Amino acid sequence: MKPAPFEYFAPQAIDEALKLLQKYGEEAKVLAGGQSLMPLLSLRLARPAVIIDINRLRDLAFIRSEPDGGLRIGALARQRAVERSGQVATQCPLIAAAMPLIGHFQIRNRGTIGGSLAHADPAAELPAVSLTLEAEFVVRSTRGERAIAAKDFFLGYMTTAIEPSELLTEIRIPATRPRVGWAIEEVARRRGDFAMVGVVTLVELNGNDTCQNSRIVVFGAGEKPERVARAERLLCGKRTDEHALAEVAKAVTEDLDPVSDVHASAEYRKEVGGVLTRRALQNAFKRAQKETA
Amino acid sequence: MAKPYIGAPIKRREDIRFITGKGTYADDIKLPGMLHAAILRSPRAHARIRSIDTAQARAIPGVVWIFTLKDIGEMAVPVPMRMYKVPGLERYLQPLLARDKVRYMGEPVAVVVAESRYLAEDALDAIEVEYEDLPEVLELRAAMRNEVLVHEENGTNLAAVHEISIGDAARAFEKADYVRREEFRVHRHTGNPMETRGLVANFDVGKRELTAYGMTKLLHYNRQVIASFLKLPEHNLHFIENDIGGGFGIRGELYPEDFLIPFASMRLGRPVKWIEDRREHLMAANHSREVTCELEIAAKKDGTLLALRARIYGNMGAYVRTHGGLVPCSTAALLPGPYRIPNYQCKVHCVITNKTGMGTYRAPGRYESCFFRERMLDMMAADLEIDPVDLRRKNLIQPEEMPYEIGLTRPGTNPTVLDSGNYPSALNRALKEFDYDKLRPLQGRFENGRYHGIGLAYFVKNTGGLEPYEGARVVLRDGPSVTVYLSINVLGQGHETAMAQICADALGVPMDWISVFHGNTDLVPFGWGTFASRGTVMGGSALHLAAQGLKKKILTIAGDHLGAGPAELDLQEGKIYRKGTEAPALDLGKLVALVRHSTMHNQGQPELEETAYFNSNKMTHSYGVHLAHVAVDPETGMVEILKYMVVEDVGRCINPLLVHGQAVGAAVQGIGGTLLEELVYGENGQLLTTTFRDYVLPSSTDVPAIESVVLEEVPSPLNPLGVKGAGEGGMVGTGAALANAVSYALSSLGVEIKELPLSPDKVRALIRRRSAEQAR
Ligand SMILES: Cc1cc2nc3c(=O)[nH]c(=O)nc-3n(C[C@H](O)[C@H](O)[C@H](O)COP(=O)(O)OP(=O)(O)OC[C@H]3O[C@@H](n4cnc5c(N)ncnc54)[C@H](O)[C@@H]3O)c2cc1C
Repeated sequence: MKPAPFEYFAPQAIDEALKLLQKYGEEAKVLAGGQSLMPLLSLRLARPAVIIDINRLRDLAFIRSEPDGGLRIGALARQRAVERSGQVATQCPLIAAAMPLIGHFQIRNRGTIGGSLAHADPAAELPAVSLTLEAEFVVRSTRGERAIAAKDFFLGYMTTAIEPSELLTEIRIPATRPRVGWAIEEVARRRGDFAMVGVVTLVELNGNDTCQNSRIVVFGAGEKPERVARAERLLCGKRTDEHALAEVAKAVTEDLDPVSDVHASAEYRKEVGGVLTRRALQNAFKRAQKETA
Repeated sequence: MAKPYIGAPIKRREDIRFITGKGTYADDIKLPGMLHAAILRSPRAHARIRSIDTAQARAIPGVVWIFTLKDIGEMAVPVPMRMYKVPGLERYLQPLLARDKVRYMGEPVAVVVAESRYLAEDALDAIEVEYEDLPEVLELRAAMRNEVLVHEENGTNLAAVHEISIGDAARAFEKADYVRREEFRVHRHTGNPMETRGLVANFDVGKRELTAYGMTKLLHYNRQVIASFLKLPEHNLHFIENDIGGGFGIRGELYPEDFLIPFASMRLGRPVKWIEDRREHLMAANHSREVTCELEIAAKKDGTLLALRARIYGNMGAYVRTHGGLVPCSTAALLPGPYRIPNYQCKVHCVITNKTGMGTYRAPGRYESCFFRERMLDMMAADLEIDPVDLRRKNLIQPEEMPYEIGLTRPGTNPTVLDSGNYPSALNRALKEFDYDKLRPLQGRFENGRYHGIGLAYFVKNTGGLEPYEGARVVLRDGPSVTVYLSINVLGQGHETAMAQICADALGVPMDWISVFHGNTDLVPFGWGTFASRGTVMGGSALHLAAQGLKKKILTIAGDHLGAGPAELDLQEGKIYRKGTEAPALDLGKLVALVRHSTMHNQGQPELEETAYFNSNKMTHSYGVHLAHVAVDPETGMVEILKYMVVEDVGRCINPLLVHGQAVGAAVQGIGGTLLEELVYGENGQLLTTTFRDYVLPSSTDVPAIESVVLEEVPSPLNPLGVKGAGEGGMVGTGAALANAVSYALSSLGVEIKELPLSPDKVRALIRRRSAEQAR
């Protein structure tokens, strides 16, 4: 378990990193926290000719709140820093709640927000959370900067819209609207493992506690995290009663088309995807009801 | 009388070096000029090798040598069987490197030796092997059809059969009021020591001596085999163990690599290191546990057991390894457990498939048989509407029936005899400690979305014996200090502490005078090793005898000096007393000086030492009860253990901290094996679980605090210390107790566990199947 030979660069500034990416493109891999990339290198499942270590780009490690209540997180912010950030906890408690589900704290000490999102493991929490929050991804190359909406960012199994010459620099999370409740539920073989299946939900209630807007994202049950549109529509205009939630859960089970692997069968993922949807919605409704307009 | 060291909860001496990172493991050995080996392994489950082209790989700068079976030439021998040599198995031994065909994913095909491990792995990538795929066979029933033959030349995949017949089972079944038949299965999983296998071999060309570091578990036996392979005299080989990051049955058996690495060092005249990586470990080190059992039980209406009839099938993998037929055979050997079952018939089948070879994993065969039997008893209790505890109580062998002979259950050895024990008493104690009566109303209850279940399992585990002897040498030196040399090995059990306690008591010296040395074939000329919970039973007894012998010698010399008979003297805490007096008559330091500096004492011999061997082919049997309280989420299939207890009688406990540590560690390992771990094969015989992302081990966040109760009610009559082994009891009952608990929890849904593991996916599948059946 030793990596194949590669050339190593440790740029000191973003521009320098972008130039290297421009030069090496497909041949290069960015190294952030290394928690996913290093095992791939050691198993020789990834054999990049060039490694561009971005750990010296301290400018990318920020966590910033915007005047409108939005949040901007630099790609190199460590997962542990986000987990412990007061700003994140108040401005986007869903992210704060998702962080402890990622591996163990030792992993989060090194692992970065950008790394997790760029890696786009279908069972990872952050991609699903960012899709639920309709976050925006900022990528940069020597040619300039562009922003990508979450729905356009995750393209397939461990593939994103980041071009080989681009660096993910930050994610932007829009401000939370009033009367919104959220929840994340997952089942994993062990604490800290990638989810066998998980669900992130958001519900927005109107004055009489009926749902006027919702997002239901399932992860770990396909090539990438996915919104379940039919279930979201079903929920619209519903209040939190057993029957309504069971119907939504059923729609999720029906609409999932997951794979089987050593941890769980497709059937398990379908069923439990539904169960977790129901549980997550119950929690999301409860939270939303507590919010005042 | 000074307070005895035996029985005191003394902290492990070795811990300081382990927890401060100062241990020396195989990979810490770095010798001048050392080369690094990597093994090319088959990516296919079953294929003919058309050609192997190493030209490109050899051209990589820094690659020193690449060899295949041809290069070993006439020296090439298969890895021999050491035990459970059931006739027929000898036809399925593993060659050192693949010959013409590969038969499992992970089979060694070629060896690269290079200046670094990185280069060696680069060379692996550059070797081109042309394979012609053959259909593979993975499962027992398919293999038994012999449509695909793993070893064509033998004409069958059924490598061997072993039969047991005690009493007249057929008649008992005819007469019985109650019979039930079930099929049970334990899944494939195995031990994962934190330190994988690995060794450094250093051949001294001038002296023609080979020193090998990292060898373990069976140093003397392994040395003998490797000496004969290399055609060197045994005493020219020095096998050194170092510190070991866990064994669990896996590490220290002979594998092809144990031949290949010394061979490479000898050919190249340079030290060669090979460290197994985790991927290799998961696909090439012994797998274990995969046993299926068709079990029939016969009883009277009142629950009195009459007979067991079983067919046991072991999925042996592609080659028979050092343990021969041990795993399925020892499943059969103790299937009757602690119960009075006069009629027992069993047929064991060793079946060859395209999977990795099978070997022992902590409590081999016992974990499996305990699950089969204890599950069946709970099913029977439900059928007969008898309380499961009452059912067990009714059938337990009583103390006055000890020693209890079960009969001939193992191939070609002595009858299985339960040496001693008070089985009912341990059961009572376990129920009380667990607060079973108070928890019992929760049985099957649905609370906060989860079903509760409480399960128990009674186990008995043979320990000690197995190989005939162990040796120990005790030397009194200047200082005064005492050195102990052991023939057994230490794979993390804490022998440096426990053995010092045994020696201190038997000799009569302070424990801190004693240093314990082990794990080197030059220390004690003969020995076997540490396995089957035999370290303290065999090695401890040998040490006890050696220390007693030395004490006698010391008292004789002291007697000569003091003008007293040895019987009038005693040695306590390092001082010699005349019996009945308070003040010491002679200091041991003085005695050492006398012996060293004059010819008057010890007949002019300067040494003060004694070597003893303890011989026994009889087995001690530890026993006890596992209890589990679980909560099962029926919607997700997740099983949470709320409380887990191991109650075990070890005859005599040398150090309660160590025994607790063993029980807790073993229970955690057993829980992992029962809930999480599985070696899964997929399409084309590909092993899918080759990293810890897929092969999931329990961590501290996944298990509850294990409670362990150690009993010393009935010492073993088979050794001077009265001890029974303590390494595996914590493991044996885990599968059974958890399966029973989950079955109780889900009884209202009609779920009965007959297969492990209890993964959420499998638990859900059972619930799904039952509700579909009920809906029909
Ligand atoms: C034992 C273990 C358990 C884990 N459990 C979980 C879990 O439960 N849930 C979970 O979500 N994750 C889990 N992880 C993964 C962990 O969260 C990783 O940290 C994360 O997936 C990758 O982040 P990283 O910073 O370590 O990235 P790296 O490993 O350095 O990189 C990962 C990939 O992203 C690319 N990349 C990184 N940064 C950028 C960037 N700024 N721009 C463009 N590309 C970039 C790299 O080139 C690489 O392809 C686990 C990891 C381990 C080792």
